[in-house]
Amino acid sequence: MNISLRDPKKIMKLSKLGSFHQSKLSFLRSFLKEFKNWKYNRDLFDLDENGFGRAVYSFSKNKRNYSLICFANKIDDNERSDRVIATKWDAAFTLHDGIPSKKDLDRLSENVPKQEVGRMSYKELTLSRANKSVRIFDHVIDSLSKGKQPDKDKILEVGYLYRTTAVYGSGKFGLADRFRIKNRDEIYGPFRLEMMLVYLVRQFTFDQVNHIAKFKNPKKAVTLDNDICRSLGIGNSTGLGMAPFIVNHPTLLNNWIASRENVLKTIREIKKVEKKDEDIFKNCLKKSLKNISSWSTDSEFQKTKITSLNEDINKFLKYLDDSCVFQNEYAFNEIYLWCEENLKDECIEYIVSMMMEPFDEIVEPFIHKMSSDEDKYFNIPSNRNIADLRKILEEKYSDILKIDFSKKESNKNFWFISKNKEEPRLADRFHDHGAELEQPLAIARDISKLYERISNIKNSLKIGKFLLENNDLRHVVRRAFITEKFPYAEIQDNTIGSELTAIDMLRLKLSFFGAVKFDPRSDKWLRISMFQGAPLPQDLNSFNEHWVYNSYN
Amino acid sequence: MRSFSEIDTIAKRASKGVGFSWGVAEEVGKNIKLLETYGLPGLKNLNEYFNSLQVKKFQNLTFISNENQSKIPYCPIIAGISFLDQVEEIKDLVNIKIENMSYPILFLPFLSRASEIVGKKISLKIDEKIFLLNFNQNIYSNYFSDEILPNSNMVEINFIENKNTFDQNVWDNMYKLSTNTFVDETDELKKSAAGAGLTDND
Repeated sequence: MNISLRDPKKIMKLSKLGSFHQSKLSFLRSFLKEFKNWKYNRDLFDLDENGFGRAVYSFSKNKRNYSLICFANKIDDNERSDRVIATKWDAAFTLHDGIPSKKDLDRLSENVPKQEVGRMSYKELTLSRANKSVRIFDHVIDSLSKGKQPDKDKILEVGYLYRTTAVYGSGKFGLADRFRIKNRDEIYGPFRLEMMLVYLVRQFTFDQVNHIAKFKNPKKAVTLDNDICRSLGIGNSTGLGMAPFIVNHPTLLNNWIASRENVLKTIREIKKVEKKDEDIFKNCLKKSLKNISSWSTDSEFQKTKITSLNEDINKFLKYLDDSCVFQNEYAFNEIYLWCEENLKDECIEYIVSMMMEPFDEIVEPFIHKMSSDEDKYFNIPSNRNIADLRKILEEKYSDILKIDFSKKESNKNFWFISKNKEEPRLADRFHDHGAELEQPLAIARDISKLYERISNIKNSLKIGKFLLENNDLRHVVRRAFITEKFPYAEIQDNTIGSELTAIDMLRLKLSFFGAVKFDPRSDKWLRISMFQGAPLPQDLNSFNEHWVYNSYN
Repeated sequence: MRSFSEIDTIAKRASKGVGFSWGVAEEVGKNIKLLETYGLPGLKNLNEYFNSLQVKKFQNLTFISNENQSKIPYCPIIAGISFLDQVEEIKDLVNIKIENMSYPILFLPFLSRASEIVGKKISLKIDEKIFLLNFNQNIYSNYFSDEILPNSNMVEINFIENKNTFDQNVWDNMYKLSTNTFVDETDELKKSAAGAGLTDND
């Protein structure tokens, strides 16, 4: 049976992309798999009695070494902020390429805590900072120092001791450019080193609370129970800075989505599903229900989605129990079609993620296809003609061409870079100033303009000639020819319309990171958790691949 | 040290900031990154060019022909964009001359990329400075300065026909040496090789 890939015009709608969940393809899961045979070590742990100081953690194998360097600082409670405009954090981190010398550590101690206003070198790969969840952090230290474990319910309500407010890589603030590391065997997946940083930061948070508790009460203090550690992750506050990324990297976006779609297609084409695979699917699904029931948020938008997910999951479980579908050929195809027919996007995509769980051999090759050599597709094929361009626009952007941009609501928003923090932001075109400095992220509007512009131009005109007079639309001409080759490269929605839910864009990216428990704090930022339930460094040699569903919350 | 990614971003934003479209700004960002990767002073020249935009006028060269002349200096970015966009049509022209171009180093990466697109090496002469652009893989040059080049009297461009650097004698000799790695086949093995036993008109 040959199953078609799902239609990009349906999949690339923001409401659909904003319903994606973590899966076996997610970067934090593939990172753990890749580094499970690497040697983990805590190389330096030089903190004072209050937990301030520096620490170094490393992964090494053969002659390669990656070192996380942590700087824990004292800040006043009123200085602690998750806003990107903050200038002080409880801790700051960088991932260094190799073993840092004393000179490196001194250099970095002057720069890493300053984050965006510090300077890194090509020897540093990623940069981050994090703030304590004060309520939980203090409770954990208090409990441990009294010789008891913290209140499980209390700490799992939050799910982490620290949350990062940004993780930078790929040449930002002087960090190493991606070309320096992209050919390394262990760095074939996107954001792999960002994932490593977050994972090692998680271990630092456990070591830090144990250390402080021990100083507080040397005789009575106990260390944080390993099972509690495993069920804690690292939080993250994410704002709109992340959203333009998926517009600015069309081939990369394509490769992420195309991998997911191809994995789904291959699973749907399995003729006879083996019993062991059926069991893995069902077990993961059942275990995962805990993750949904412990998913707390104050966001009405998210609450509605969780309620819908819960209702649909129950409907789905009943279907599974009643239907004996696994006795049929192409069972996963039958399941998928039933889901399409009966469930909403939030749950359909949840089941799609779950379907991947039994099939390492299908998923693994696609993990290697999730990066992109973007420069290869940058040049515009100027010897193609207007007929080619028109065909691409009509075939690949047909839904976008239906949007009426003469309406005010279709143009409501504009994306800009804020002057004070140089971060992308969204504003109201008819209320806020600065629309003339708009970033080139209104792809749907500009594609529509392009289509209109070529409406009276003869088919045989070469693109190079067309561009002579139309360079204002050069950026979307480039995109159209990229989308011709990469069907999942383009969001098939209006990214400036009044209906835009920007957190859908964040959720898409974060789901590929492997984040769970999306907790929108407004329509422009959200909190998530990463590595909750993940193995600890000492477990890496042998851990359950389905650890995401093992956390005991 | 600034990373190449930062250089790309700042060149792109600055290009938009001085009035180029986003699509052109994207090209400039990539180009300056390319120049800096090759060790040529891209950002410095771009900075000077953008500063000069406030006080000087530049001519846009849109249609590239054999002889291109202007009393007002040509803008290297618009000339470069035009060259890139028309490269398939002008690749057979012999010796393209552009007189009076400002900051010609900024024109160079467009040619380097054009070399890759048409699959031909391009020789570029900026007054006495010679560059050989090899399919955007590398640049060979007699110019190693990191100075700013504010103007050139004459830019000359030649597409170089694909040809080898050696003659048949060199090839024959190398082939002879390479046969030292071959083994004589027995008659029996010859009979079982691909196609054996079949007639040619099957």
